[in-house]
Amino acid sequence: MLRSSFFAAGAAVAALVAFVSGAAGGSQAPASFPVTIVTAGGKVTIAEKPRRIVSLSPTATESLFAIDAGSQVIAVDDQSDYPKSAPKTSLSGFTPNVEAIAAYRPDLVIIAYDPKGLSTALKRLGITVIHQDGATTFKGAYQQIRQLGLVSGHEADAMRLIGRMKTKIDRIVRTSRSGAGDLSVYHELTPDLYSATSKTFVGKVYAALGMRNIADAADAAGTGYPQLSAEYIVSASPDVIVLADTVCCGQKPSTVAARPGWDRISAVRTGSIVRINDSIASRWGPRLVNFFRAMASALARLRQ
Amino acid sequence: MVAAAEHTSDVRARGLTPLWACAAVAFLLFALVVGVLVGPIELGIGRVLESTAARLHLPGVSSPLSPTEEAILWEIRVPRVVLAALVGGMLALAGATYQGVFRNPLADPYLLGVAAGAGLGATISIAYLPEGLRGQRALPVAAFVGGAVAVVLTYAVGRSARRERDAATLVLAGVTVAAFFTAWQTFLQQQNAETLQQVYTWILGNIPSTGWSDVVLILPYVAVAAVVILALRRVVDVLNLGDDEAASLGVNVRRVRLALVVAATLGTAAAVAVTGLIGFVGIIVPHAIRLLSGVGYRALLPLSVIVGAGFLVLADVIARTALSPAEIPLGVVTAFFGAPFFALVLRTTRGGGGGM
Repeated sequence: MLRSSFFAAGAAVAALVAFVSGAAGGSQAPASFPVTIVTAGGKVTIAEKPRRIVSLSPTATESLFAIDAGSQVIAVDDQSDYPKSAPKTSLSGFTPNVEAIAAYRPDLVIIAYDPKGLSTALKRLGITVIHQDGATTFKGAYQQIRQLGLVSGHEADAMRLIGRMKTKIDRIVRTSRSGAGDLSVYHELTPDLYSATSKTFVGKVYAALGMRNIADAADAAGTGYPQLSAEYIVSASPDVIVLADTVCCGQKPSTVAARPGWDRISAVRTGSIVRINDSIASRWGPRLVNFFRAMASALARLRQ
Repeated sequence: MVAAAEHTSDVRARGLTPLWACAAVAFLLFALVVGVLVGPIELGIGRVLESTAARLHLPGVSSPLSPTEEAILWEIRVPRVVLAALVGGMLALAGATYQGVFRNPLADPYLLGVAAGAGLGATISIAYLPEGLRGQRALPVAAFVGGAVAVVLTYAVGRSARRERDAATLVLAGVTVAAFFTAWQTFLQQQNAETLQQVYTWILGNIPSTGWSDVVLILPYVAVAAVVILALRRVVDVLNLGDDEAASLGVNVRRVRLALVVAATLGTAAAVAVTGLIGFVGIIVPHAIRLLSGVGYRALLPLSVIVGAGFLVLADVIARTALSPAEIPLGVVTAFFGAPFFALVLRTTRGGGGGM
């Protein structure tokens, strides 16, 4: 039964779901339950439309509200600060307490991190858990939005959101890429010079814009997040510096320019220092578009 | 731990011989030269020397380095080498001082809770300071205050003990305070999971590339601490005999110990505040000198400053070049080389009993 409906719908939505491959899992006709998807935690079947969703993933919170499933969300974790209308609680996604989560009587819990058997414990209480790991590609990020659409009964909204994101990002990439070719970028995660390479999700933004990431040369350990030496950054003299430590650590163009030797860096001299909200730069949800937009305006300024 | 106090130390331990003094100074000079010449960016030995000559206003010499390379050498690398030397010298000196004062071969500069207090201070500043104040400027101050508060508390707890105020009581008080502060810090860290990474990198320890500002920040503390300790270096040999013996030799044990501990703690707190926790320097350097030269404290203390400075400069060279242009936390480098060495020290001193 499941299988045949899959094939029936399959042809019609083939074009739409072309990007959903590999671990994407089964697709369903919109808003029909039960739904089965494949997540980082294995195969999950949702019997009926959830009405009491708890999101412990700030990215998933943003996505759920962006696909009009916000009214089904009854609680979000303490890091879910966007959108403002999300029902923020003291629940923690990093050090979760199973009893505190269960007290909300959720019918669906979405997590980005599964420490110490959290999902197993919730499942034992009969609560459905969806584990969405940090995406490392745009494709993976879109897949997660689509999965959230499927399980919340808002697949059509999810597909529309993904379409809008792709259109906007494509347009930004088309207009910015020509000028960005061969520009180098340094993405700063912390003032002690941790950065992100092209392997990471944020790194993919720079790659899409055709920029050269100076952290790529430093990732011998292959973590994607090397700590760069100050000498190297000054010597590499990146054309653009992106500060993703503005909220956590109060970094701004003036504090960067005041660092010893940094006044020699091209980005400091041309004022091409982009301030990006820490949370936008560390999530893989709908506000990816905002990140692209911030980069695009910095690149436009640089071209003038 | 302090049952080891029973061991008989050699009062007539050797003083500073010219050979060891020269060897130590040569080691430090070697480390400084390597530190300045080697880095993630290849500047070339000859060009660095020429640039140095130009800085010294030698006639007819102009620097062959580009402005960017000049900045790398003089605003980033040289201050970092100097900072590593100051911190390394301070940690080794504080470690040697504690070992003498507490008659405990395992004593390290973090014994009285400085590290735990500084860690708590750093965590509070990272998690709770308002946005404008947060960042690189506030953290060292908060860490310094935290470290100082922890040691004052250790003293208060130690003094409140009903039994006589001996060294062992103080060490136990330090362990207690450290455990309490660490628990507090871990709790705050958990409550503010977004700060985990920052606190974590701080705890791993690193010589920051912050130019001369951090050097200027800690220099007064390190200088005062070094002057006080080195002035009292002969008394440490006497203290090492035991409180009663020292008192019978006319030493005001409590006052001298307080002066030494305050000086060592102040210097350590300043060092920890800018670099985070760098383990093992305070243990391996004094032990290495003792094992190799067999000198008493009056020679060990000045040698520790010199060798500790050189050791940390070299360790930092590894930290910034081994995975260049990425960095390895310095605390990892010192512990990686320190741990095997420490095992060796334990092995050597276990049988002898009086090996200290």
